[in-house]
Amino acid sequence: MAVKPLTDTEFYKKQTRLALRNCGVIDPESIEEYFAVDGYQALAKALTQLTPEQVIQIMKDSGLRGRGGGGFPTGLKWSFTAANTADQKYVVCNADEGDPGAFMDRSVLEGDPHAIVEAMAICGYATGAAVGYIYVRAEYPIAVKRLEIAIAAAKARGLLGKNIFGSGFDFELHIRLGAGAFVCGEETALMTSIEGNRGEPRPRPPYPAVKGLFGKPTTENNVETFANVPQIILRGAEPFAAMGTEKSKGSKVFALGGNIKNTGLVEIPMGTKLREVIEEIGGGIPNGHTFKAVQTGGPSGGCIPAAYMDIEIDYDNLSAIGCMIGSGGMIVMDDSKCMVDIARFFLDFTVDESCGKCSPCRIGTKRMLEILDKIIAGNGTLEDVDKLEELAYHIKENSLCGLGQTAPNPVLATLRFFRDEYIAHVTEHRCPAGVCKAMLTYKIDPEKCIGCTLCARVCPTGAINGTVKQPHVIDPEKCIKCGACETACKKVHAVYRA
Amino acid sequence: MTTLAELNAAKDAALAKMTKTGGGQEITRVVVGLATCGIAAGATPVLKAFEEAAQAAELSNVRVLQTGCIGMCQFEPIAEITAPGQPKVTYVNMTAEKVKEVVEKHLKGGSVIEEYTVGAVTD
Repeated sequence: MAVKPLTDTEFYKKQTRLALRNCGVIDPESIEEYFAVDGYQALAKALTQLTPEQVIQIMKDSGLRGRGGGGFPTGLKWSFTAANTADQKYVVCNADEGDPGAFMDRSVLEGDPHAIVEAMAICGYATGAAVGYIYVRAEYPIAVKRLEIAIAAAKARGLLGKNIFGSGFDFELHIRLGAGAFVCGEETALMTSIEGNRGEPRPRPPYPAVKGLFGKPTTENNVETFANVPQIILRGAEPFAAMGTEKSKGSKVFALGGNIKNTGLVEIPMGTKLREVIEEIGGGIPNGHTFKAVQTGGPSGGCIPAAYMDIEIDYDNLSAIGCMIGSGGMIVMDDSKCMVDIARFFLDFTVDESCGKCSPCRIGTKRMLEILDKIIAGNGTLEDVDKLEELAYHIKENSLCGLGQTAPNPVLATLRFFRDEYIAHVTEHRCPAGVCKAMLTYKIDPEKCIGCTLCARVCPTGAINGTVKQPHVIDPEKCIKCGACETACKKVHAVYRA
Repeated sequence: MTTLAELNAAKDAALAKMTKTGGGQEITRVVVGLATCGIAAGATPVLKAFEEAAQAAELSNVRVLQTGCIGMCQFEPIAEITAPGQPKVTYVNMTAEKVKEVVEKHLKGGSVIEEYTVGAVTD
C-alpha cells in the first residue's frame, strides 16, 4: 500500500524550501537537532576559513535581496556597514511582522530560531559588529520564547559570547519586544524604538549603515533574509544564485490566504508564475467563484488582477505593474470582493497606524479615507476619484518613511486595474460586486421563492413579510442590509442583491 | 565549543541521538507541528496524547517531539511519523482520539491509517 507523502501533494510539489528548510522538521527548542542539520557549521566556516570581505563577497554573489519588502541586495547592504569604521556597530533583525495576513517571519522564528541566531552572528563578523538586536513583536510570544531558548543554548555552548570558535570574534544578542505599532517595522522607527524612544521614523540619509542604532553603523535585515544566510555561506553562492530569475535569486516564502482552497506557508523559487501559485499550489478558488485579484505586500502593496495570471513572480516584474512582493503576504480575492472596499480596508489600517510625525501621511491618508468613505456611501463624484488619485501621488512622494510612501499603493493599484469599479460607484451609484451596502438593496425573486418563511424568521428587524407558501417581500424601509436572509435562503437562492 | 572538530562531534552525537536510542534501537520519530497556528488548532493535546500513549505502550523506540509550522493551515493539527527505513507519513486534522488509534495501529502495529493521512484529504 502506498501512502501519499506530503511532498507529493499539489500543495508541496512546486515548493522549494530553503528559508523554511528546518521548519516543521526539527525541534526548534533543541540546539542538538539544529546541530544535526548542519547548524552553526556556516558560522564555524565563516569564522575559521573566511575573511569578513569573503563573507560579504559570497553574499553579493548569491544575489540575495532583502526579504522584508524592499528587495535591497543583502551583500551590498553588509558592505556599506563594513566600510564604515566605528568603535561599535550593530546587527538588527527586523521581526516586527505587521502586515495583515502575513506570518512568514513568525513561522521561521518558531520553527528554526537558531538559523537567525547563527545568521546574525555571521553578519556581525562580516560587518564588524559585536552586538545584535532582534526586534520582535510582543504578539509573537512563542517566537520570543523559542528565541530566548535558542540564545541561551548558543551562549551556553560558546556559540555566542567571547572569542567564538577561537577566532577572537565576540558577539552578543539581545531581544527587544515591539509593542504593536506597525510603523516600527520601518527600519529607522524600529531603531528609535530599540533605543527606548517612541517609535517614529527619522529622515534618511543618513542611512543606518552610516548612522543607525544609537548613532552607530547598523545592518538591519528581515527574518527571512537572515534565514537564507547560513546555507548560502555553507554551500557557497552558486546553488542559491542558480535559482530564480535574472535579478531575483533564490526562493521566497509567501503566506497564502484568502479565497483559496489551500491556505498556508508556501516557499517557491523566484520566477514561479502566479497561475502556478493560485491554481496548482493553492488549488484554485473554492465555492464556484472565480479569481479576481491577489493582494500582495499588505497595506504597502498592490493587487495583481486576473489579466496578469502568467506573471513570473519576482521583485522587478511586480514593481513594473505597480505592485510589490512586500514581506510575502498573498491574499487571494474572488469575484465577490469589491476592490473599492478592499482599498478602503487597507487605507483604514494605515490611517490607524500612521505615527503622525509627517503631515502627508498623517493628514493625507485621512483625507483619502474620507474620499473613499464618500464613494462607498454612494455620494462620490468623478472629481473625487481624480482628487483621490492626485492626493495618492502627493503622499507617495512627500512622506517621510516607507509607511507613508507606500500607504496609497492599494488605492493606486485598484485604480489602475479596477477603475471601472470606482466609476460605477460614482456615476451609476452601483457596487458591481454587491458589497457596498449603501448602494444595494436586497430583493426576493417571487418566481424562486417557495414561501418557506426562513428569511422572515432570521430577519433581525422584521423587514420581511409574507405568508407560508407564498412569495415573501422585503420592506426596504426596515431592511438594514445585514444579509441574514440571503445566507438563510441557501436552498432556492430567491434572495438576491440589486 | 571552540573548534570545528567539537562542532562536528556535536553534530555526530546529535544525529546518533536522533536515529538510535541508548540501547541501540532505531528510533521512530513522531513530530507534531507546534507553531502558533498548530497550537491554535489544538496541537498541544495531540502532542500530549502521543507522549502519554507512547509511554503507556512502553514504546521505548518512539520519540515524540514538537516542531515548527509544517505549512498547511487548514489541516492543522498535523503530525508526522518517520519509522526507520519507511517514508514519512503525514497525519492531518489530528485529535487526541485519533492519536490513540494511530499509536495502536501505526506505532505498535506498523500499518498506516491511510484515511487520516494528507493523501486522503487532498487532490
